[in-house]
Amino acid sequence: MNPPLLQMKNLRTYFFSQRGVTRAVDGVGLRMEQGGFLGVVGESGCGKTVMALSIMGLIPSPPGRIVEGEVFLEGRDLLALSSEELRDVRGSCVSMVFQEPMTSLNPVFRVQDQIMEVLERHRHLSRKEALEGTRELLHRVRIPAPEERMRDYPHQMSGGMRQRVMIAMAIACEPKLIIADEPTTALDVTIQAQILDLLQELREERGCGVLLITHDLSVVAQVADRVVVMYAGRVMEEAPVVEMFEQPLHPYTQGLMRSIPGNIASKGKRRLEAIPGVVPSLLDLPKGCKFNTRCMHAFADCFLEPEPDLLAVGDGRYVRCRLYE
Amino acid sequence: MCAAGFTNDDRMNRGGPATELLAVRNLKKHYPVTRGFLRRRRGWVRAVDGVDLTIAKGETLGLVGESGCGKSTLGRVILRLEEPTSGDILYLGESLLNRTGKEMLAVRRKMQIIFQDPYASLNPRLTIGRIIGEGPAIHRLGSPADRAERVRRLMEVVGLRPEEASRYPHEFSGGQRQRVGIARALALQPELLICDEPLSALDVSVQAQVINLLQDLQEVFGLTYLFISHDLSVVRHLSDRVAVMYLGSIVELTDKDELFDHPAHPYTLALLQAVPVADPRAARLRRRKREPEPEPGNLEGPGCRFATRCPDAFPPCRETAPLLKEVSPGHWVKCLRTGG
Repeated sequence: MNPPLLQMKNLRTYFFSQRGVTRAVDGVGLRMEQGGFLGVVGESGCGKTVMALSIMGLIPSPPGRIVEGEVFLEGRDLLALSSEELRDVRGSCVSMVFQEPMTSLNPVFRVQDQIMEVLERHRHLSRKEALEGTRELLHRVRIPAPEERMRDYPHQMSGGMRQRVMIAMAIACEPKLIIADEPTTALDVTIQAQILDLLQELREERGCGVLLITHDLSVVAQVADRVVVMYAGRVMEEAPVVEMFEQPLHPYTQGLMRSIPGNIASKGKRRLEAIPGVVPSLLDLPKGCKFNTRCMHAFADCFLEPEPDLLAVGDGRYVRCRLYE
Repeated sequence: MCAAGFTNDDRMNRGGPATELLAVRNLKKHYPVTRGFLRRRRGWVRAVDGVDLTIAKGETLGLVGESGCGKSTLGRVILRLEEPTSGDILYLGESLLNRTGKEMLAVRRKMQIIFQDPYASLNPRLTIGRIIGEGPAIHRLGSPADRAERVRRLMEVVGLRPEEASRYPHEFSGGQRQRVGIARALALQPELLICDEPLSALDVSVQAQVINLLQDLQEVFGLTYLFISHDLSVVRHLSDRVAVMYLGSIVELTDKDELFDHPAHPYTLALLQAVPVADPRAARLRRRKREPEPEPGNLEGPGCRFATRCPDAFPPCRETAPLLKEVSPGHWVKCLRTGG
């Protein structure tokens, strides 16, 4: 049997500072099959971006360090690789699309130079081949008149076009896995819809897996086939997308669903059922379940250590909550 | 771009029903585009380009549109934080434009704004109590002791602990800061609140708290909202009527359910189809129907400004500017195809 595309076990990425240890990712496990589309949802500070950067080997160190865990890409242990080997993996097997394309593109180089660099370095193409490859890639991500636009500088393009360029760079080496971190957050809804369509087409045509990180549950509902909900550096719930939206199990997931106006759970209600309180500071997490300070169902056991485990509850669903023990 | 729709409508005139709190007539705000050392003017950005609106007392008017459509500029021009290029703004039937600074100060008590970014819109050197109490202090309302009491009450009303009045903005989370911004806006007992993307900077779980707070405050104080947002789900939840703005003008305006269930303008339709719905089954049914949109092209010329992106455009659209017309009672559309 083929190994899964991505398998992460008990990943812990901590940041060490004078104020203490920030446990940004604290025991996260994930599994993605070939060609899967996994949505990772969470609010700011839940560890979703740090998790992605850990997979890519891009954690700034110091202050950050992966203190524990394993990350396998098609059976290959990424955390055991040298930085040289890791750079090869980043070019050819995994690539990443970031939230703000303006900060991830170099403003002083033409778009074509930046894409050609990827092709020359990782696919060892000649300059001429790389130029042709660049044109094809821009065509592939639906940039109109690619021959003209490839000579633009990033600032001459709109946000949606820049994000397409980022995706073109990400698929330049035909990766097995694209990690997209809030790829549409800075974009208007009409452009967001186009970028989400594009990611799905790439998945269908090239069979590459997509790990989509977002704070927006509606975006996940559009495109993902499995969803992971993160909170305070942990996975609180994981489920196939339809099950997750039709019957969320974790009180946090339920709360999120009810907080979105126009959602299945909140439709027709004059008042939204908001989750009380705020996301706790990672330097000052509560004992026991990390959601207990905001949970409507919390009972005495929820405040005791150890915190609940992520339980398998059948049908490919997992939940970290005492209510299901 | 010429005046559209509402200007001929008698209901909008002075002396109309007392319920009309704010009216905007053919409002324009053009910014010069300058270039070179001499700052010569090379053209105009027509950020707001002939907008007509009315807001009734106690209603919530949602204003939606994509970035750059001029919705925030419109909000700022209504408060005269920016001077309009032309047009008129009527508050309770009286024009705001020919008032002196002193008279304007009095009106501004009745119209307040909540900004998008609760990090940038609070002075980091002032305590929360000073920030909330600054308006009443400027207007010299009551004694200092009265004002301190008012700040305490306002903090309670918006869900902050009054004993935290001596703290500074950086000690608060985004949601709490937005509550401070709301308390500050309420301090002068306004009638109209302009909410400019008040939720965008907040976490999902906190957004719902602020939505509920805005609804509660409206009920308690009888507030009128102009709610500016790019988030159509939130606008649908909060608004009574919704105006859709595209490149400086209102292209559709109607009751919220009519707008979401029977959109008439092609742009509104495109927006609604693009909004992600938090329902995976519905989302999958909807996929594949979307046509790739052309890039907005040259926007000069006499025709409809949406014509370059419009799937339904026909030749007259590039020649004739459409007017905002009432296609059914209370449903205004600016489109040659539907409005005629």
